[in-house]
Amino acid sequence: MLDRHEFLEKRGLVLTVAILIVVAIGGIVEIAPLFYLESTIEKVKGVRPYTPLELAGRNIYVREGCYVCHSQMVRPLRDEVERYGHYSLAAESMYDHPFQWGSKRSGPDLARVGGKYSDAWHKQHLIDPRSLVPESVMPPYAFLEGKVLDAEDAEGWLKTNRTVGVPYTDEMIESAASDFRTQTDPFADDYDGFVARYPNAVVRDFDGDPRHVTEMDALIAYLQVLGTMVDFETYEPEENYR
Amino acid sequence: MTSVSPRAATATTGGGDIPFIAAALGIGLLLALFVAARAADPLMSAHAFMFAAAFVGGGFALVHHVSSGAKADPTGYEFGVVKAGVFASVFWGLAGFLVGVVIAAQLAFPNIFYFSDFGWTNFGRLRPLHTSAVIFAFGGNVLIATSFYVVQRTSRAKLWGGLAPWFVFWGYQLFIVIAATGYLMGVTQSREYAEPEWYADLWLTLVWVVYLLVFLGTLLKRKEPHIYVANWFYLAFIVTIAMLHIVNNLAIPVSLTGVKSYSLFAGVQDALTQWWYGHNAVGFFLTAGFLAIMYYFIPKQADRPVYSYRLSIIHFWALIFIYIWAGPHHLHYTALPEWAQTLGMTFSIMLWMPSWGGMINGLMTLSGAWDKLRTDPVLRMMVVSVAFYGMSTFEGPLMSVRAVNSLSHYTDWTIGHVHSGALGWVGYISFGALYCLTPWLWKRKSLYSNALVEWHFWVSTIGILLYITSMWVSGIMQGLMWRAYDAFGFLEYSFVETVEAMHPYYIIRMTGGLLFLVGALIMAYNLWRTAKGDVREKEFAPSPALAPAE
Amino acid sequence: MYETLAKIAQTWGLLLFVLAFALVLIYALNPRNKKKFDEAKRIPLEDEEDENGGKRD
Repeated sequence: MLDRHEFLEKRGLVLTVAILIVVAIGGIVEIAPLFYLESTIEKVKGVRPYTPLELAGRNIYVREGCYVCHSQMVRPLRDEVERYGHYSLAAESMYDHPFQWGSKRSGPDLARVGGKYSDAWHKQHLIDPRSLVPESVMPPYAFLEGKVLDAEDAEGWLKTNRTVGVPYTDEMIESAASDFRTQTDPFADDYDGFVARYPNAVVRDFDGDPRHVTEMDALIAYLQVLGTMVDFETYEPEENYR
Repeated sequence: MTSVSPRAATATTGGGDIPFIAAALGIGLLLALFVAARAADPLMSAHAFMFAAAFVGGGFALVHHVSSGAKADPTGYEFGVVKAGVFASVFWGLAGFLVGVVIAAQLAFPNIFYFSDFGWTNFGRLRPLHTSAVIFAFGGNVLIATSFYVVQRTSRAKLWGGLAPWFVFWGYQLFIVIAATGYLMGVTQSREYAEPEWYADLWLTLVWVVYLLVFLGTLLKRKEPHIYVANWFYLAFIVTIAMLHIVNNLAIPVSLTGVKSYSLFAGVQDALTQWWYGHNAVGFFLTAGFLAIMYYFIPKQADRPVYSYRLSIIHFWALIFIYIWAGPHHLHYTALPEWAQTLGMTFSIMLWMPSWGGMINGLMTLSGAWDKLRTDPVLRMMVVSVAFYGMSTFEGPLMSVRAVNSLSHYTDWTIGHVHSGALGWVGYISFGALYCLTPWLWKRKSLYSNALVEWHFWVSTIGILLYITSMWVSGIMQGLMWRAYDAFGFLEYSFVETVEAMHPYYIIRMTGGLLFLVGALIMAYNLWRTAKGDVREKEFAPSPALAPAE
Repeated sequence: MYETLAKIAQTWGLLLFVLAFALVLIYALNPRNKKKFDEAKRIPLEDEEDENGGKRD
């Protein structure tokens, strides 16, 4: 028995395998149960996949590294609930590939920023943050305004998201490009179809420029949906004790 | 051992693997050009051309290698790749520290250091550039270079694999360039410390597997009966990073010729996977790897064996066993189930013991030779590094306690904690190793100047102290302001009032970072002159003005 | 499912880990291994160089 460690110490391959076993245990025991324990994600109504335009906005949010300064995770602490709103549920990010909980608040939490400010405020704030909040340390994102998005890209995003488990239907994928344009145009032909596919989605011209669908439209559409999907008037936390 | 030796023999005699490498480069070039031609977006096109250029460069290097007759290293070891690693470490270190100073300046003076016409200079894109440059470009090159040196010396065997170590070196630099240019162009997975997209991850996987083979191959043909403890730590670092890297980067690309991918996991599962990775990148990249440096370079520089070999064995197994569980402490009070948070917290507190076991082992190696701290500034730098390791591994478990974490999380306290470990521990042990390696590799009797090491030490130490104290104050202050209530039971401060309050501390932090960068520049100059073979003669006469430590 | 797993982890799992740690301790602290460790800890120091700074076989 006592020679066992010498066995490890003298044989590089055996040592490698021993290390791998030791470090694999923690991950298997900690992470794997999250995938099959039903209590991991609460059962709530209202969480739906993102619309193509919101998903485009999310891609921009990821691209610009917004997560390095803004969390999307309200903790169940008194001051956070008063400052930001109801604490975040696991269900609210169940379609987030990847998650955007963040780890640092150089700026405020954005988990429930949807509906708190007007589109015009967001646009001006993104173009020049210090024109509205003089003490802000946020970078300017004026360039989003001039970048026109291609609606045809949306289908690929939806398809890939379905591959990783987001329940987009065939109908949603087929109409991805049209839904992408419809969300910025309340008078679009397929308005009713769009709202039926994405209940409670907001349809309006987010950046005030009806000629194009820009990155500004997409990012504001994403910010305005954050934290608005679950109706907390009807949410019963007792049902989800875990 | 026997299964590898025949291949090792052909590889080390050279020649046998040349056609294979040429074919691999050719296939890589064709693939890169194909992707460049059919790229779904201009970003992928740019990156495909970079890959193509790298493969062409590899081809030229191979031709040069064959035509110049490729003389074997007269030492019987492969030290050329270690020298290249020393150079790359210093280069990427300076780059990474500089970007850190820039983003610190952006938070201190947003009106001056943001340019609305240049979106790629925004904080959100430069911050991943800074973290990846210092951790993976600087730290990674230090680890690869020192591991290649240590495994050869302690095995008394030449690196296994012929040109494979060079592939590891250049392949890793290519990964760094792809990652860094990607961040600037907005190519990111948004996974902290794992931001590069799917194709860069695949490339790194290939490089890393070859790295493991070179390291293991060298261990297997060693002439020492024992595998020295430093090599265990290197091995744990290489193996575990491979596992973490693969699992955390599981993703489906939107198109095989496009940059964008979506992670395989979502929400809470994705969050835990990422922080299992993120925490263990600290544990196995920034801790285990650099502990290996401690276990070789401190005994070597002090000319004394490690304090207790028994302790090092216990230290090793306890550390790698406990570290891997501690990730969930990054997700306290989140939507992660509470059982997982509690598990993470428990193991984080237990982690205090092996960490301090390692610290004691490093520090006590000097017992009976403490006077060397006064005369040898390089050794002092490494010992102070171990002291910083002890401090940040005491602070870490404290911050993993849920009650403390509710205050510290999301604030600059975390940033201060990370930098006490990164600048103090990882930075100083790396600088110490570079100061040791340069005269050893270039066969110089001494460094160009010990006085400049003194300057480096004191300038950087003041920088680190400014950095971490300002971040403690700003972090704790902001955490307390967020939860402050006025007499009427309302929240006392708006968010932006807490941002405004941090302004002076952000200036102090920037100054601290700048001093750290200045220190590294002094080191770069000193190492350059050392490699050239210069010696600052007058130092052999006592010159107290240049040696504030005495 | 969760209860079963938790029970196994709290009994056999714990026992296994304690045993594994005990084995490491026994190995590391066993006096019979002292000589071996004393050899191993001198590896970095006893690697002498030839005139080229290279290895001596």
